[in-house]
Amino acid sequence: MEILIPILTAAVRSGTPILYATLGEIVTEKGGILNLGLEGIMLLGAYAGFAVSYSTGNAWLGIAAAFFVGTLLGLVHAFICVTLKGNQVVSGLAMTMFGTGASSLLGRNFVGFTIPGLNKIPVPLLSDIPVIGPVLFNHDALIYCSYALVFFLCWFFNSTRQGLYLRATGDNPRAADAMGISVAKTRYFYTMVGAGIVAVGGAYMSVAYTKMWAEHMTAGRGWIAVALVIFAIWNPARAAFGAYLFGGVEAFQLRLQAAGTTIPAPILMMLPYLMTIGVLLFISIKKGKGIVFGAPASLGLPFFREERD
Amino acid sequence: MKLSIKVEPRLETPRMLGIAIPVISLAAALLSGAVFLFFMGVSPFQAYSTIIRSSLGDAYGLSETVVKAIPLAMAAIAVMLSFTMLIWNIGAEGQIFMGAIAAAAAVRYLFVDNHLAMFAIMFAAAGIAGGIWAAIAGYFRARWSVNEIITTLMLNYVAMNLLNYFVYGPWRDPASLGFPMTAPFPDAARLPSFWGTRIHAGLFLAILFPLIFWVILRFTRWGYEIRVMGENPKAAGFAGMSYIKNVVFVMFLSGAIAGIAGMCELSGLQGRLQHGFSGGYGYTAIIVAWLARLHPIAIILVSFLMGVLLVGGETLQIVMRLPLSSMLVLQGLILFFVLGGEFFRKFRIRILSGGATPPIATTSAKEEK
Repeated sequence: MEILIPILTAAVRSGTPILYATLGEIVTEKGGILNLGLEGIMLLGAYAGFAVSYSTGNAWLGIAAAFFVGTLLGLVHAFICVTLKGNQVVSGLAMTMFGTGASSLLGRNFVGFTIPGLNKIPVPLLSDIPVIGPVLFNHDALIYCSYALVFFLCWFFNSTRQGLYLRATGDNPRAADAMGISVAKTRYFYTMVGAGIVAVGGAYMSVAYTKMWAEHMTAGRGWIAVALVIFAIWNPARAAFGAYLFGGVEAFQLRLQAAGTTIPAPILMMLPYLMTIGVLLFISIKKGKGIVFGAPASLGLPFFREERD
Repeated sequence: MKLSIKVEPRLETPRMLGIAIPVISLAAALLSGAVFLFFMGVSPFQAYSTIIRSSLGDAYGLSETVVKAIPLAMAAIAVMLSFTMLIWNIGAEGQIFMGAIAAAAAVRYLFVDNHLAMFAIMFAAAGIAGGIWAAIAGYFRARWSVNEIITTLMLNYVAMNLLNYFVYGPWRDPASLGFPMTAPFPDAARLPSFWGTRIHAGLFLAILFPLIFWVILRFTRWGYEIRVMGENPKAAGFAGMSYIKNVVFVMFLSGAIAGIAGMCELSGLQGRLQHGFSGGYGYTAIIVAWLARLHPIAIILVSFLMGVLLVGGETLQIVMRLPLSSMLVLQGLILFFVLGGEFFRKFRIRILSGGATPPIATTSAKEEK
């Protein structure tokens, strides 16, 4: 137990950027839009979060700036996918390239700087609970926000009218249209909000996790989040489980390296990526055996309003 | 008078638009790239003129552009093959790495002091390694519908770390002063270069592969089959074509070509395996393939254009101290605009006066369906 608690605590910390990104992508995909640009959006979010925190001295302004930048990128993606009915896969790839390049170009003068960033705020009483306290309730406030977001999204998707409209748009846009929902507006809105949440995940990397900026600092976490959405079968609570699982692998791997293991570092660094493939394989094989699969039925398909029979 | 905008599918695309749209898209992307650079505090005029001068301005620049276009054209053919079947192989980068690792292993463990024999061994090793790397993702996709975008991408990171393992570990040259690289290859394991430039024999493959696949896709029954299969796997199944077998085979072929691109880069240019071996050719190849509209011959031309951008990017890094990945901004913008341009190829916009919708709009929409 003594060894496990620091690993579990680190799992929550390093899982949080992936959790935000996964939740953001779930919000986007529920509306039927596939956004594969998470890696680029996270990187620009990480940059915006760092740059604004650094120049204003306020980490929360940085987080807000990251959210705003994310919504702008979401707007671009929505414009291409909804209005221009472009290929969503290619638009996502373009977003990844653009975000990666733009963040390293913009951030070239910030390399090597550090910021105070977000501090730990132990939750009174809850943080005194053995095991659960230090693992879950001795973190910075952005981690507590992610817990709240998981609960909020579960409630929002399943118990609210707006959540129902969102799901209808993703599952059967024609029926949603007949109900009087504007498919285009709904998709625009949730693609933007989703991308904003993804960008906050990136900002968590630079503002709370490492407290510095580095090129390509997300190192594939955006893609891992895309995979986790499938693993989570579009369920926010399962997304949290998956994100912490990956956080745990990362924490474990770093701890092994620090302990001076004989396994070479590059081999250890393959673990999260191999695990992503493993997880995806597992869920896909299981899907064939009849578990309920929560993919939005019209995911990735553009909607043509004129085309009515 | 009320004006309304009506978007309707085109029944056929005018020929002229097929050329005009990519050209206009490219110009629009470069223009918005200029705006972006301007707000970055970088002079777009200086940046673009540096790119053009360094890549097309003299014989050396031109030769360097060709050097970049060689792996690009091969990798673009690789991804084009899978895209034709609507399988998204985003993993050319990893397959390039695997091909290079396998070729380096061949030089290390199967060395023969004969140019032709060594070339054949490296060619086979790189093709098989890259092919298997991609076929894994292909099999998962065809058999269990595992999302191939994610598996191929994750395999890129795995391949990159595998390469790092070898060059930081067992294969590191003791004489390299701690740099993560293998010893330089013996002469028999190097592809010849021509005309006193760095252009190497990989050039022939970069022209040969597009020609071969142009013929295969256009004139053979199998080429027709994989296109049908991409559009409608179910119908293909009824017609007796095996989807799984073909997906795995196409992915193997795709990965093999990418692997061979890696081998050419290794043996023709760098002469040793080292950290950070491929500068993102596998990703740039996706743009090349898309910009060429998956046409093998057009890929040769577009590879050259992208070569200009890559050579220019390296010069910008030295002259204007911009990070190398800032070229990705331009690449991303090009992809965005080409994607946006597709819209004008598929649809036409009509500005109508008055509120009434003429019946032609709805009928044409139905016919399209």
